[in-house]
Parts: sequence; structure tokens; C-alpha cells
Amino acid sequence: MRQVAPILAALKKHRAGTILTGLQIALTLAVTCNALSIIQSRMVRMDRPTGLNESNLLTISSDRIGVDPAELRSLINADIETLRRLPGVANATESSSFPLQGNSWPEGIRLDPNAKDRLARSELYFVDDHALSTLGIRLITGRNFRQDEIRATDVNNIQWPEQAIITRALADKVYPDGSALGKSFYIGNNSPSPTTVVGIIEHLQASWSRADSFEYMDHVVLLPMQLTRSNSTYLIRTKAGQLDAVTESAPAALIELDRMRVFQGISTYQTVRENVYQSDRGMAKLMGAISLVLLAITAAGVFGLTSFWVGQRRKQIGVRRALGATQGDIMSYFLTENLLIGMGGVALGTVLAIGLNLWLMTSFELAEMSPIYVLVGSVALLVVGQIAVLGPAFRAARVSPVEAIRSI
Amino acid sequence: MFGYYFQLGLRSLKSRPVLTALMIMSIAIGVATSVTTYGVFRATGGNPIPQKSSQLFVPQIDNWGPDENVERGGEPPRALSYTDTVALMRDQRAKRQTALYPITALIVPAEPTVLPFRVKSYAAYANTFPMFDIPFLYGGGWSADEDESLTAVTVISRSLNETLFKGADSVGQQIDIAGRSYRISGVMDDWDPQPVFYDAENTRGFGMPAQLFIPFTHAIDLQVPTSGNRSCYKTPDPGWDAWLQSECAWVSYWVELPDPTSVAAYRDYLRSYSAQQQQLGRFNWPPNTRLHNLTEWLDYLKVVPPESKISALIGLGFLLICLVNTIGLLLAKFLQRASEIGVRRALGASRSAIFQQFLVEAGTVGLAGGLLALPLTWVGTLSTDLVFTPQIARLAELNTSLVVLTLVVAVFSTIMAALYPIWCAAQVQPAWQLKTN
Repeated sequence: MRQVAPILAALKKHRAGTILTGLQIALTLAVTCNALSIIQSRMVRMDRPTGLNESNLLTISSDRIGVDPAELRSLINADIETLRRLPGVANATESSSFPLQGNSWPEGIRLDPNAKDRLARSELYFVDDHALSTLGIRLITGRNFRQDEIRATDVNNIQWPEQAIITRALADKVYPDGSALGKSFYIGNNSPSPTTVVGIIEHLQASWSRADSFEYMDHVVLLPMQLTRSNSTYLIRTKAGQLDAVTESAPAALIELDRMRVFQGISTYQTVRENVYQSDRGMAKLMGAISLVLLAITAAGVFGLTSFWVGQRRKQIGVRRALGATQGDIMSYFLTENLLIGMGGVALGTVLAIGLNLWLMTSFELAEMSPIYVLVGSVALLVVGQIAVLGPAFRAARVSPVEAIRSI
Repeated sequence: MFGYYFQLGLRSLKSRPVLTALMIMSIAIGVATSVTTYGVFRATGGNPIPQKSSQLFVPQIDNWGPDENVERGGEPPRALSYTDTVALMRDQRAKRQTALYPITALIVPAEPTVLPFRVKSYAAYANTFPMFDIPFLYGGGWSADEDESLTAVTVISRSLNETLFKGADSVGQQIDIAGRSYRISGVMDDWDPQPVFYDAENTRGFGMPAQLFIPFTHAIDLQVPTSGNRSCYKTPDPGWDAWLQSECAWVSYWVELPDPTSVAAYRDYLRSYSAQQQQLGRFNWPPNTRLHNLTEWLDYLKVVPPESKISALIGLGFLLICLVNTIGLLLAKFLQRASEIGVRRALGASRSAIFQQFLVEAGTVGLAGGLLALPLTWVGTLSTDLVFTPQIARLAELNTSLVVLTLVVAVFSTIMAALYPIWCAAQVQPAWQLKTN
């Protein structure tokens, strides 16, 4: 540490190089720890559970052409029966939508039908009695729908059914005292009759992946009804190892049943998830790559500048060696010098990082950065700096004392 | 002298290959990253129809009232209700106007072996085609009379014409859309404006181009529902007629206003229409209308994805760090040759000659960085689908302007970065250098 004063004195002579290295470390820290913070927030988004058992699940969306609305219901039922009988299929159901599909149908939930403000906004899924078992949703209290409760409903003439299964998050929101089961609520703001909670499920996500910005990501109402409309969404649970086979056989069986249809999507749930979170995953990868390249560029810069300094100061190093400094002294001189610059850079970088984060928070609604990233980034940069400086410092240490007298 | 300096520069670059390589790589990576991300940003933030954008306007009318607009900060709904669409269309106050909404159209090919398929389709008015400068390969749009008479007529895209008619002139032919026969009045040439301004509200700005249009009036008559957003503050009563009479906002409305006078007149018209609705008791609040032109409208809907802005910013920050790095390395490189500068100065070279020599050398470094950045930018544009959805990733491509931009940014930014090191080099005192060595 007694070296600090002479190092600082020497740095004053190299003001430009010192400032540049410090500035580079500061900027790298500011960008890197914000990048890490973005990676983390994207990972959190992608890790949110849907509430489904996502493996061995196939989704098919089919649109029919030129069908008499009166016949639609029986055609859809025939589709489902065919799917359930297919080899390799464990169960199948029709649902208005499903988590991450994106076709959201949110409605306000009220206990008093005439209240102006809703108590909560909630996703509605219209399902049958096979939904819970097909999708692998866990019922924590109450019961599933009975087959005789499922009602076919015209999309232009919707009356909300008498029974509903809701998620625990919605139950806790609407009935904070925990007494949701058996209670009634109203859907929308012009429903003439109430709906009763017959069951509560542990968790199910809304259909739109950004529903969290409207505060209904975990609020779901399952209703025992099936819409009579030309496009239908089927969810198929296959037996283990049969997913690929059923992905082939299910659309073929449906075409054979009725070819006047268009598939708007045949994808495994895994693919649905990958597509929805593609940009989140890509952003995380990009940020990771940028952080690594930045660290490498900073290391290259430190290496280049230190090499230059060592070259410039060979004579002074020779003098010090001639006056009795050991090789270790010279090594530690350059390492300490780099550490001092690094610490200055990190101090400035912390300020820049927080400033950048505040700006990103207001401009792009990004999350607040945890201080841990600044800490991790600082340590990483200081270590990278020390490693980059090792080579030039080692070369400096090997400068012979003779160099001091050679050019006089 | 330029040739001589250039040779000196090359020689100097070769003499310290590691330092030179670090510098060139640093510039290349910084430039490639920033140009790639800028390329995506430019594509997403671009003007989809520059020749017309200042004349195309989107009116908004508040049919919900301040209580229901709280979540939008008092802004009116982003689409029109059917009631207002009909009223504005009847009044015909703009040079041209059109209303459109996305529909699901299923095409049933004539050959029974081919399965039916779905294309991206819109119900629109005849004015859509001249208003949006839609180019035609064969035929043209349908007429305003056909709007009036609810005719089953259609305009299809070039690619749909390829699929159905193998590219032949199909004007006058019939096609089967969801079990009904439509006469083709025209085949569009390639038309793929990005962002998809005409339906930015539903596509969030990006998507595949429209493949098929049918008349709005005909679609309403057939009760074809919208496949886009239905924004309602109150659940509409059952039935199609109740849906049309509801205050749900679901129609995109466009007007063409060629000059500031007509814009001002249309603003007044929207206000007086709203005031009239207030007098009639339909609106319980004072007029709250908007009239955005196309570019304002895209800003208003925030169609530029946050990913594209953030990555463009990060690309810029990246370039900045690489340049700081380059300043340091150039400083090291130039000052290493202090003795050489001393000799040249002692032999009579002026400061400005030294300045020129190092400027040429820096320019060479920048050019080398730019040339290395080209393949990196190419790889970058190929990898944009890692970060962006396919609809946006397909917009990024290495075109001539991006190539030029890469080289210009590389050379210019390197010279900017080199100014301080060059100044330092020009300040070298010849006597001092000669003495110490």
C-alpha cells in the first residue's frame, strides 16, 4: 500500500490513458449490470407457471367453412369424440382458449351487479368436464363440473352459467376472508343472474402473456359452457411418448371426419411456449452475449494500454530495479495501478449504472435493478482487469536493471 | 502525399499486429452491433408510405365518456364504433375516406384435392385502394357503386393469385370464400408496407401483408364478425344488430386530407359531430376528438417494439465503449512512435504534416474496421430472429444503404476517436525526443 502515493503521482502524468481506461470500465459496468438485470427480469417472465401440466399436451385450432350454425355443436362434439378415441390419446377437451394462446376474454367480476367499479378483472375460459384432467390442473377444494352442467352457448347470445371454478388468486382477491366456495358473483356489468363458485383450483394463467399489465394474469374463471362458433380449440393430453405420433394422427383424423376446415395451428404446448417467449429468450441471449463481448473488449483495452505504458517506462522500471526493487515489487506496482484505475472506474460506473437503470425504468417500464448486479459486475470487471494486466506486468518485471543505464 | 501517408500507415499497422488487430476488432464489433440494431430500429420505426403519410389521418371520437377512459388517461377509444363509422361515412367530409376491419376469410380452392386455407383479409371500402396507393398487377379496385349495392366482389394479392391461378390474369373470375362466390375485380401487385399502418391497432404494427379485400358493406350485410379487437366498456346485448348499435370500438377509420385547410376543417367537423351527439343525448360529455396523421398515429399506438429501441440504444452504447477503447489504443500506438515523429519533425515536417499522416493512418484503421464489420453485420441481420418475432425479424436485411452506413460509421467514428491521439502526436517536441534517445 505504500506504493499508492507514487502510483497516483505517476498516473497524473498519464492522465489521458487513465481517464480512458477508467471511463471504459465505468461504461462497461453501467451497460453490463443493466443487461444482467434485463436478463433476470426476462427469465422471471418465462418461468411463470401456467398451471398446466405442459408435457404431452397438443393444441389444435380448427376453423370450419360454410356450416349451418345449427349443426355446429354436434360437429364439434364428433371431433372431440374422435380425438378421445385415437390411439395414444389419454384425454381431449375443447376450450375457448388456453394460457399463452393469446385469445384473451377478460370480464369484470362484481359481487354487487350494479356496482360501477369491478372488484377484479378475470380471464374467462369456457370448458367442459374434461378440462381439469386433460390440462392437469389441480383442484384444491370443491368439485369439477358435471357433464349435465355443460351448456352449448351461441356466441351472439351469451348467458353466464350458474357454476364456476375459479383460481385461488381470484378467490383471495374477491373474497379476502377465504370463504369463496359456494359464494356467488356477477360476470360483466349486465348479467341478470349470479354465478356460484363450485370449485377452486390452485393456479391457472390468463391467455395473454402480458395480462399482468392489466392485473389479471392469475385471475381465471372456468365456466361450464361451450361456444357454438366456427373456430374451435382442442387440447389433447397424450400418453407418455405418444406426442409426436398424435401430432400426426389427430389432424389427419379430423380431416377425415370433415375436410371443410382450416387448421390455424397444430402445435405442442412446448412450441406454443417457445413462440410466446421467443423475444424474451432472445433478449436474454443478446444481453448475455453483449455483456461477455464488452468484458472481452475492456480486457483488450486494458491489455493494450498497459503494454504501452510498460514499453514507455522500461527505463524507469530499470532504474527502480537497479535501486533494489524486486520483480515482485514491479509486478505489484502494475497490478495495484490497474486496481486503482479499476476502482475509480467502478465508482463512476456505479453512478452511471443506477442513472441508466432509472432512465430505463421510466422510458421502458423496466424493473428496478438489484444492487447485487452492480456488485457482481464490479467484481467481474476488477478481476478481468487484473487478469488483462498480468501479461504486461510480468513483462515489466523481467526488465533488466541494465536498461536503466543503457541509453544514458 | 496521401499515397505516401497511406503506405506509412499500412507499415505502422503491420509493425504492431496485436495492437492493430485489437483495435480493428473493437471497431468492427462496435460498428456491426450498432448498425444491425439500428437497421431493425429503422425498419420498425420507418414510414410505411412516405409519399402519402402526411395526408392520411385517423379520427377518434370519444363515445365512452371520461369515466370509461380513465385507464387510457382520458384518450378516446382507438377505433370507431359502427354507429360513428356510418355517420362519418355518410357525411363524406374528407377528400376520401375508408373504414376497414380484419376478417377471417377461408378460401376453398376449385380443385377438390386441395384443402381450404385461410388468408389475411379485410373488409374495406372502395376508396382504400387509391387512398393507400395500393399497386395493381391486373384490374383494379371495385367501384363506390359496388360498395352501395353490397356486391360480392374481391381484390386479391399477387401471391394468392399465384396460388389460385398460377399467376394468370384472373380479373372477372370467381373464387369461393367460405362457401360464397366472389368476382375478382383486381389483383394487387406486391404491397407490404411496414409497419402495417392500416391495421396497427390489431397487428400491433407488424404482420404479414393483406391478401384479400371484400367490401365493408357486403361483410356487414353477411354479418361477418371482426377477427380483431372488440373494445367494449359494456357487454353488448345479444345479436348482430345489438352488436352494430353497441358502443364497442372495432372499426379502423381513415381519411385523406390533402392540405392544412382541409385538416382544420375536418377537426372542426369532428368536434361539431361530437357536440351534435351530445345534444342528441348520446354523449353525456363535451366533444373529445382526435385527428392524428399516419406517423403520429403509429407513435400514439407505440408500434415500435421496446426490444427494438432498447437494442438500438445498447448498440449505440456498445459503439461508444468500443470507441473509448479505440482512443486508448490509438493513443498508445501513436505515442509509441514519438521518436519517429521527432525525427520527422526535426527533418522539417510541419505539425500539420504529422496531423495529416496520422489522420490517414486512423482512416485506414477505420476502413479496415468497417470492412471487417460488413460480414459481422450480415451475420447480425441473419440472427435478428433470435431477439425479434418473425414478423419483425424479416424486415432486417443487409441492403446497400446499410453497407454504406457500416463503412461510413466505421471511418467517421474512428477519425473522431483518433482526433485526440493525433493532436497528442502532433504536439511531440522534436528536440526532446532526439535528446532522450
